[in-house]
Amino acid sequence: MKFVDEFRDPQKARILLQEIQGLIKRIPICGERPIWIMEVCGGHTHTIFRSGLNNMLPKEVEFIHGPGCPVCVLPRGRVDDCVDLAEREEVIMTTFGDAMRVTGSRKSLLQAKAEGADVRMVYSPLDALQLARVNRDKEVVFFGLGFETTMPSTALTILQAKQEGIKNFSIFCNHITIIPTIKAILDSPDLHLDGFLGPGHVSMVIGMEPYAFIAEYYRKPITIAGFEPLDILQSVWMVLKQLAEGRCEVENQYTRIVPPYGNSQALQAIQEVFELREFFEWRGLGSIDHSGVRVREEFSTFDAEQKFPIPNLKIADPTSCQCGEVLKGVIKPSQCKVFGTACTPQNPLGALMVSTEGACAAYYNYGWIPEEDLHPARSSV
Amino acid sequence: MCLGIPGQIVEISNLEHKLAIVEVGGVRREVNIVCIVDEDHSPVSCVGDWVLVHVGFAMSRIDEQEAKRTIELLTEMGEVQTKLQAMRQSNTS
Repeated sequence: MKFVDEFRDPQKARILLQEIQGLIKRIPICGERPIWIMEVCGGHTHTIFRSGLNNMLPKEVEFIHGPGCPVCVLPRGRVDDCVDLAEREEVIMTTFGDAMRVTGSRKSLLQAKAEGADVRMVYSPLDALQLARVNRDKEVVFFGLGFETTMPSTALTILQAKQEGIKNFSIFCNHITIIPTIKAILDSPDLHLDGFLGPGHVSMVIGMEPYAFIAEYYRKPITIAGFEPLDILQSVWMVLKQLAEGRCEVENQYTRIVPPYGNSQALQAIQEVFELREFFEWRGLGSIDHSGVRVREEFSTFDAEQKFPIPNLKIADPTSCQCGEVLKGVIKPSQCKVFGTACTPQNPLGALMVSTEGACAAYYNYGWIPEEDLHPARSSV
Repeated sequence: MCLGIPGQIVEISNLEHKLAIVEVGGVRREVNIVCIVDEDHSPVSCVGDWVLVHVGFAMSRIDEQEAKRTIELLTEMGEVQTKLQAMRQSNTS
């Protein structure tokens, strides 16, 4: 899909694009520099490139691709710890497909599996729990990761394991939380943003209220967006309209899925099972205060970090990779030194190339215009 | 990971643990429905409902039209096959 005609409602898309042209002229900074809008969620990044939205919008509007791909922001040291766990004789390591290919400093879980470790790809933490039920002589560890969208599923699985008295099941918890992450982005001195597209499915769980500080304290507009190309186009229109009218509010474009107060059952499960860590390490971004959660003490028998010795090594990102600068929006994926050469979706070097939700993979698969096409003269020098 | 897949609840498989069988693109699997059950929606009343399923958990009730549109979107993105394959291949033995 690269044309407006292919949108679900092409007429509406055309009107929105037309109105956007008018709106940007009313935004004070327009003409001085691009209007920078961050889409926090990796699912949005994927849709933006897949639909060609980045090329349909006027050049004055630029997307900054946020850190919302949980696989991509996992630091190498955590992957190493996970591989270490997987290589234990008694352990069956379980994880989502996306997380199999992400490499640590030594190897990925996929490589560990090829070398004999018992690593199973599961669709759901419930399937990992089922593996624990039928393999009582083994320790089943679930590699839990994701923002608030998947956090309730891990929490509810732990609650179920506790209820059943299952002893051979634990979580290697790498869940991260969205609000401190957005705050760290807003506090970052080298990043200037004009507004946000809020993550649709995280917001389905947490609701709208947690974003209020973005509007009230940082004075930036945010619109929670759905995942269809038209949803994103409409959300961009809503952010630009706020900017043109000088408003900073939390708006909800995705009302058909996102209730204002989130999902109370899911929030309750998160609250019961998890607590904030003092800090959590991110690939490319370094340490962010309170950005990760861990399993609460009363569920420690389900916490792999309590159950097994974890090397807990800090491993620096590969020097050739510029994932951190891409994550912060300082450079575009194609401006990275190894983009499309040493680092491709087939052989990812950096984490942003691993998952289809990663900015680099999305760029590579859909959005990338080779440098020589853009600047024929420059590349021939 | 952040995208769910729509499915229709066809029966309640475990009332105590609030588990239901959901049909997703022709594949049936057990899904936890704790997050969509409340005072107004008993588990049994959920049969027939369309829901958005994230990694084995129904996270949101949706209407049939939204379900169809989301399936179209996911199909376009190549995500339906990926998710169904993940469900089928999920190794639980």
